[in-house]
Amino acid sequence: MTLNLSIAMTHLLARKRQTAVSLSGIVLGVAFFLAVASLMRGSELDFIERLIDTSPHITVSDEYRSADLQPVRMRFPKAAVELRSVKPQTEVRGIRGWQQKMDFIDSLADLQVAPVLTGSVVLTFAGRNQGATLSGIVPERMKEVSTIEDDIMAGSLDELAANPNGIAIGQALAERFDLEMGDNLNVSTPDGTVRAMKIVGIFRTGNANYDESQTFTLLKRAQLLLNRPNRVNRLIIQLENPYRAREVASLIEQRIGYKALSWLEANEDIMAVLTVRNTIMYSVVAAILVVASFGIYNTISTIVMEKTRDIAIMKSMGFHARDIRRIFVIEGLVLGLIGIVFGIVLGLGLMWILGQVEIKVPEMADSERLPLYYGLDQFILAAVFALLSSVGASYFPARKGARVQPVDILRGAA
Amino acid sequence: MSALLVAEDLRRELSGEVPVVLVDGVSLNVGSGEFIAIMGPSGSGKSSLLYLLGLLDLPTEGSILLDGENVSHFSEDELADRRLRKLGFVFQFHFLLAEFSCLQNVTLPMRKLGDLMPEQAQARAAQLLGDLGLANHMHKRPSQLSGGQRQRVAIARALANDPLIILADEPTGNLDSASSAMVRDILRQLASDMGKTIIAVTHDASFARAADRRIGLVDGKIDPQWVPPTLAG
Repeated sequence: MTLNLSIAMTHLLARKRQTAVSLSGIVLGVAFFLAVASLMRGSELDFIERLIDTSPHITVSDEYRSADLQPVRMRFPKAAVELRSVKPQTEVRGIRGWQQKMDFIDSLADLQVAPVLTGSVVLTFAGRNQGATLSGIVPERMKEVSTIEDDIMAGSLDELAANPNGIAIGQALAERFDLEMGDNLNVSTPDGTVRAMKIVGIFRTGNANYDESQTFTLLKRAQLLLNRPNRVNRLIIQLENPYRAREVASLIEQRIGYKALSWLEANEDIMAVLTVRNTIMYSVVAAILVVASFGIYNTISTIVMEKTRDIAIMKSMGFHARDIRRIFVIEGLVLGLIGIVFGIVLGLGLMWILGQVEIKVPEMADSERLPLYYGLDQFILAAVFALLSSVGASYFPARKGARVQPVDILRGAA
Repeated sequence: MSALLVAEDLRRELSGEVPVVLVDGVSLNVGSGEFIAIMGPSGSGKSSLLYLLGLLDLPTEGSILLDGENVSHFSEDELADRRLRKLGFVFQFHFLLAEFSCLQNVTLPMRKLGDLMPEQAQARAAQLLGDLGLANHMHKRPSQLSGGQRQRVAIARALANDPLIILADEPTGNLDSASSAMVRDILRQLASDMGKTIIAVTHDASFARAADRRIGLVDGKIDPQWVPPTLAG
């Protein structure tokens, strides 16, 4: 053991109660830091995971990022004469050449893509009406890009694929209309087409509005019903790594021209709220450690005060000011390191207890446990912050100790 | 006798609204193996002079040559290095580190110097304590020893790095007469037998009598005529 470390340890061991009090501050600080951060990060990641699972990672829609220039503006870009009442060019809705565009997206690595044609319809059964969204899908592709297959409670997407006149509806709608599998439902489109379709699937996502107003049929059937032959208005993309969504969306948009919206962009406000929430959370838990470090400051200050004469005698022996500074900083470091080790153990204990808490959501059949995050990064963050606080708290009294002039003390003691 | 320590025209002044002169124009030559007693009335600047000679304080004016080196403009670290290698201190109050055993206290300067392996340092510390009659007390804490024993531990610590000079500030000032005599004899022997230079501030007449040379200090100046009342008769 080096000389400075052995002196530091002697100081700490000579004041066991005071050392234990400062240590407990750091232990509790680190433990609460870990428990709170684990809970907050866990809930954040759980939320993002649900967001990623329930919404497409990228949606290519039949829109452009900025509106196209009208022909008259293209023809006379710097017109001196103002033209009024020019009839704008009407865009036919839908993604043009969607199959070629989908082939291009398919050629990109680590993603799945599915075409969708969505339109508004009115569902009629036993004289009751309900406005709904009809999505025409390709079942084998849709399975790859959404969790709808997992949400199906009766029937399946395969049955939808096998039945060109089939429709999958939400459980809320089925309950409202008292519908069951195999029942027929009238689907009316805005242009007046009415078709009776057979219920081949009932799903439940947990989102009441979605379950009441969303329906699925085959893409070909939707194109016929909505009178949009050979058109789709959305390409839904699911990535192996959802966090590449922004970069991949940008690449797709540059290449095919249509607006490609990543889930990150679509939920920018929510992500911003999460960032703010994290900043607040880390500020609060860091404040706990800063408060805890005052315990160390107090202990080291007291030792420095009590040891002024020893400092003077050590300096008269030939110890440098930096040796004295190091001795007291080592004391803070030792308290910090021991505090971190015990703090992590206690923190893991608190996290385990939190992990046992079960929450029962009234609408959900199963109870849920609190989502916790066990990532190494938060342990490193807690340790680094605790260490910085400990060293910072010991540095100032250490500096004061190093400035002691032996003559001032010896003269006073004589 | 070669000059080991040369002080020339030393002046130490404390600045303030009313400046206080602690040492005023002191010049001194100290030879190797010499035992010097600095005496004088209280407040005459004896301890201040000792601190200057021991490189614990810097003179406002004047210069100090230690073992041929002019240390007057040395940095704090350089002065600390010279104190560690060439000087040893004994104070009126033993100033041992309370949480360390006597052996650890004596080992401390050697561990700081780092010239000896830890086992060698321990062996030397044990030897020094044994020579001073403390073989049975080396693992005790200072609080478990008498005043005289503590002062002998302090002398052992001062000798740890085999210094050229031992500076003592009233080393017997806090001891009974028997312990005082023992400390005085030890320091006398260190000068006579081991060739250590001893510079001691004292009020103790018997201690002063044991010295080779007595220097009287009055109002910060050397007064060759000054004789302490206890020695006057």
